[in-house]
Amino acid sequence: MGAFLVRRALALIPVLFFVALMTFVLMHLTPGGPWDREKPLSPQAIENLNAKYHLDLPPAQQFLLYLWNALHGDFGPSYTHPDRTVAEIIASGAGITLQLGFFALIFALVLGLPLGVLAALRHNTPADYLSMFVAVFGYSVPNFVLATFSIVIFAAVLHLLPTGGWESWRAWILPAMALGFGPAAAIARYTRSSMLEVIRQDYVRTARAKGVRELLVVRRHELKNALLPVVTILGPAVAYLVTGSFVVEQIFHIPGIGRNFVDSILSRDYPLLMASVLLYAAAVAVANLLVDLSYGLLDPRIRY
Amino acid sequence: MAVSPVEVTFEAPILELPAARPRGLWSDALRRLRRNRAAVAGAAIILALIAMAIFAGQIAPHSYTEQFVGGPFEKPSSALPFGTDNLGRDQLSRLIYGARISMAVGVIVQVIVVLVGVPLGAIAGYAGGWLDNLLMRFTDVVYAFPELLFVILLLAALGRREEYVFLAIAIASWPTMARLVRAQFLSLKQKEFVEAARVAGASPWRLITRHLLPNSTGPIIVAVTLGIPAAILTEAVLAFLGLGAPPPLPSWGSLVHDALDSIFTVPLLVVFPGLAISITMLSFVFVGDGLRDALDPRSATRL
Repeated sequence: MGAFLVRRALALIPVLFFVALMTFVLMHLTPGGPWDREKPLSPQAIENLNAKYHLDLPPAQQFLLYLWNALHGDFGPSYTHPDRTVAEIIASGAGITLQLGFFALIFALVLGLPLGVLAALRHNTPADYLSMFVAVFGYSVPNFVLATFSIVIFAAVLHLLPTGGWESWRAWILPAMALGFGPAAAIARYTRSSMLEVIRQDYVRTARAKGVRELLVVRRHELKNALLPVVTILGPAVAYLVTGSFVVEQIFHIPGIGRNFVDSILSRDYPLLMASVLLYAAAVAVANLLVDLSYGLLDPRIRY
Repeated sequence: MAVSPVEVTFEAPILELPAARPRGLWSDALRRLRRNRAAVAGAAIILALIAMAIFAGQIAPHSYTEQFVGGPFEKPSSALPFGTDNLGRDQLSRLIYGARISMAVGVIVQVIVVLVGVPLGAIAGYAGGWLDNLLMRFTDVVYAFPELLFVILLLAALGRREEYVFLAIAIASWPTMARLVRAQFLSLKQKEFVEAARVAGASPWRLITRHLLPNSTGPIIVAVTLGIPAAILTEAVLAFLGLGAPPPLPSWGSLVHDALDSIFTVPLLVVFPGLAISITMLSFVFVGDGLRDALDPRSATRL
């Protein structure tokens, strides 16, 4: 187990290195530079700025310099926010984005798991069809459509909930639901098919035959075993939450880190862009690592 | 009455069976697909959408750029049934033209994905070695990138043109297909019928084209039908973020984006393009799910 953890954690290093390299290459292939203005700056000013931010160095040297600094926790200055470092910008929004992702994941589990279990226990009944329709619906409708429609319904028509900001818990509801509906659908589908597999197992029949109460059979014998495969989709679910967050944050004007990515591309804010991409890639990679680990912890049959 | 029991039991039930028509995998699958009502409805909607995209010029009452004198945010009327958008353009016409980019992105991306992903996956799966290693390491890195981020970065580097939207999404999507084909080939290579063909002296080319590839078509087709809505979704999100094909060409994603600022005054402008995307996605997912169940009966009984 320990050796496995170390090996997997070490495997993150080359992946993040190549993500950084690819981002760097694409970034520098992008036409235009960070100093493009409506009124062009003087060549002398551009030269000075390039020298200040080491953009006059050869690309390979720039990249190595960035890596070296990043490894020492220095993600550089932001071109668009001269008074703040990239680390400060990300730190100020990361908490909110994490909160949003956490609430969305909770919503996905609270909606998806019961829906999947219900569909399996009432297999081929209207309850099954209804919950699977909800699942296909959540899987097909893009999160920006869910977000805009929820604003229309709950804010524009019913005047029930605020449509933006992050000040009160009431502002959290719509974004978390819009972001969490997709993963909820995936969880419901997986839970259902996994439950259907488990309820046909011999040990379930044995449990019933020896007179275990129905609720206990479902909870201890069926659900506990059915949840194992469901854990594996939490990795892709986190990836979905990551990319979904910057869409949802934009719609609801949430001051998280999602805006940084699109803004930094448009303004060629290279350090902020690099840090955003690395952060997202690391989040997805760590989520997948945690999923693999928990899979081993939950299922004693799996050995590393 | 000396009828022997043997005589009675041989009373021709076997002969009366109608001649069993040979049924192939495909006609079998098609039969199962036709029984799936959601998939049939989805297919019908998709055909209608394709027709709408092709004949947008004939169907749409106005052009998608013409600005009306009534100005922006006209209320729906008999002349302009869905009203006008933030620049005073006919919303219905823009919705109809919007089908074009969604249908095009689905088809073009999957054509590129098949043309690139299938051969590379096939070679990697059949030959193995350094090529296989290279492909796997490359796809590892692409997988580590959250897909949308990768597409946006590619698009920034390529430039903002309609064709580049297709290209960027295809570049981010082909590794999935390559890995699928590779995995198929790896498992099929071990099968007895492939072994037999090899022993009988089949060339690698013949093995791949006559044995390995035909037996992989089912999963490839399912991947393509589920890849189409994924590409449509990515394009819609790009357009929604204001990073898709340049204006004035309408895309359902950009229609939602443009209507966002007026969501409280004219909520209908958001609703129609949002519905269009959702219905399209639902239809493709229904057909994709139906095809998967039809081509792999075991998954149908399990799911």
